[in-house]
Amino acid sequence: MEKIYARTKGIRPDVVSGFCPGCMHSTVIKLIGEVLEEMNIIDKTVAVLGIGCCGLKMEYMSYDNITSPHGRACAVATGIKRSNPDSLVYTYQGDGDFASIGLAESVSAANRGENISVIFINNGIYGMTGGQLAPTTLLGMKASTAPKGRIAEEHGYPMHMCEILNQLTAPCYLERTSCNTPQNTLKTRKAIKKAFQNQLDGKGFSMVEVVTNCPTNWGLDPLKSLEFLNEKMLTEYPLGVIRDNG
Amino acid sequence: MPKVEIRSESCKSCGYCVKFCPKQVLAIGDKVNSKGYEYAKVAKPEACIGCKMCGVICPDAAIEVYK
Amino acid sequence: MKRVFMKGCEAIAEAAVRAGCRFFAGYPITPQNEIPEYFSRRLPEVGGVFIQGESEVASISMVYGAASAGTRSMTSSSSPGISLKSEGISYCAAARIPMVYANISRGGPGVGSIQPAQMDYMQATKASGNGGFKMMVLAPSTVQEAVDMTFAAFDYADRDRNPVLILCDGVIGTMMEPVVLPEMKSDEEVAAIKNSKKWAAIGHKVDYANRGWIQPGNWSTAIMQQGNEEAAVMYENWQKNDVQVEHYQVEDAELVMVAYGISARIAKTVVDKYRADGKKVGLIRPITVYPFPYKAIENLNYNQVKAILDVEMSIPAQMLEDVSLAVKGRCPIETCLCSGGNLMKKEQVMDAVAKLI
Ligand code: SF4
Ligand code: SF4
Ligand code: SF4
Repeated sequence: MEKIYARTKGIRPDVVSGFCPGCMHSTVIKLIGEVLEEMNIIDKTVAVLGIGCCGLKMEYMSYDNITSPHGRACAVATGIKRSNPDSLVYTYQGDGDFASIGLAESVSAANRGENISVIFINNGIYGMTGGQLAPTTLLGMKASTAPKGRIAEEHGYPMHMCEILNQLTAPCYLERTSCNTPQNTLKTRKAIKKAFQNQLDGKGFSMVEVVTNCPTNWGLDPLKSLEFLNEKMLTEYPLGVIRDNG
Repeated sequence: MPKVEIRSESCKSCGYCVKFCPKQVLAIGDKVNSKGYEYAKVAKPEACIGCKMCGVICPDAAIEVYK
Repeated sequence: MKRVFMKGCEAIAEAAVRAGCRFFAGYPITPQNEIPEYFSRRLPEVGGVFIQGESEVASISMVYGAASAGTRSMTSSSSPGISLKSEGISYCAAARIPMVYANISRGGPGVGSIQPAQMDYMQATKASGNGGFKMMVLAPSTVQEAVDMTFAAFDYADRDRNPVLILCDGVIGTMMEPVVLPEMKSDEEVAAIKNSKKWAAIGHKVDYANRGWIQPGNWSTAIMQQGNEEAAVMYENWQKNDVQVEHYQVEDAELVMVAYGISARIAKTVVDKYRADGKKVGLIRPITVYPFPYKAIENLNYNQVKAILDVEMSIPAQMLEDVSLAVKGRCPIETCLCSGGNLMKKEQVMDAVAKLI
């Protein structure tokens, strides 16, 4: 019998991920591993990890990685890639990391057209620290630091990073995907592959924003979190290719 | 005939595979693994069509599919 | 040996390039701008990379990345910019990433003044970021010394897998002096240094145990403690092996000044002045301010030494605390201080000495 769907070598065979049940961090890390394996480039890849739940990845994945200061992943990746252009360098960052504390690093790397790939996990909340307000938190959505929910007058509006970066000239590829269904998960996989291929081809900055869930801090079980993702998150963050100069 | 295998130790009982299997092959079982999760089981192996959807949706890479 | 006339900042940058530095990221701030400007011209000539980061915070993170990929890397800034870099410096120290940075320090605190000062001593030697890590801190008092220290700093950094700081005041950074530059490392030597860093994160075969894993922290407190214990042993070894100090006319001195960097240079002229009149004045000059030369001060003959004069361009005095630790109350310690960007004047030091002899 032929194995037609196998656990990727990009994650350790004997380790269970530290992520909560149903958390799509696990899904995306698995997809990245599958793509790297398929492209046969695991041995030249360096993952640059953001701070927060992203960091749970380091024990789970099987290849080179570096943990960056909170928000600085795009700057760290810039340093690695420029000084070692043969490596495939991608950042793996959450919304607090990429869109709040690291906004300057993210926008500046995109604006320079750094030849790196960004996998941006948008679940609308701070996970590791316990459900605080994120730049991507939906209007009305409760957070541990916004007990009445996000109020536009007080907190502003959810930030759309793909659209913000789309104002810049340099970025090559911007796509927003999700892992809410097998079909969308396969689209995310394809988008990740494209982002990596762009880098191998020297085309510059690519970002895949994956709209995901945080069952724990949303206070929902995994299946309920899928409903919230479908009904609320994807309404605010419509999926699709925002730019493709690849 | 296609076959799915579940690595019970990796399963966190999220239920995604059960929800998305088009042939209702999978179910959450009543046995728990060492982490305390009631792991998924293959309830109707004969119905499997080897579409891999369960493997794709499983966050924790707990499912492998053979054909 | 050929001498060239160079500004301190540019000489530091050239020395770094000759030591094999192939990556620099920095952000504009006075009075260190000649360092990034020089690198921006020079690095492309040798196949290196210069980036003007979007901030100090980003620049040090870029250096953290480049150095983690095995490249000899550097950044520089001036006082408030160094504060911003403390995040990345702490990460480098935690993850044991070798890199070199220079603080061409200016008046503080806050935005302070753009004039030279020695007001970052505590920050440099005691707490350059969170977490209690230490670095070797080299304090040049001539442009030549700045060159030699920068060149050597990359070797120390690689030997220890730790950051090294060149603590240089704005005077040395901006003055021009004749210097002899070290020989340029060949491309082969530079490549060999990079290739020797098997721990670098550049991609490895799938092999969990041997993957490049740059860890500025760990979920395991046991592993964290072990790393900190190893670092502590390294810090102690510096105290045994790597202290550098200059004794100037100390042997029979009854008054000993302690000063580093530009203050030491001024203090030296004061020693010469008094010696010409037969007055027994000497100088101890810490060259490494970390590890601090406690022994040199501790081992003075306190039957002979009547007083110590701590000379530094900082109010309140900062190095004074280290001097006191070494003197252990065996003689009075006086200070001669200025601050906020005011340069130490020879007359001020002359007067301070006059009061003590
Ligand atoms: S806290 Fe949220 S984001 Fe973090 S692992 Fe748990 S579910 Fe995922
Ligand atoms: S392979 Fe398809 S049919 Fe078979 S169990 Fe998985 S999802 Fe169901
Ligand atoms: S999707 Fe995976 S983790 Fe979730 S229940 Fe099924 S096998 Fe378990």
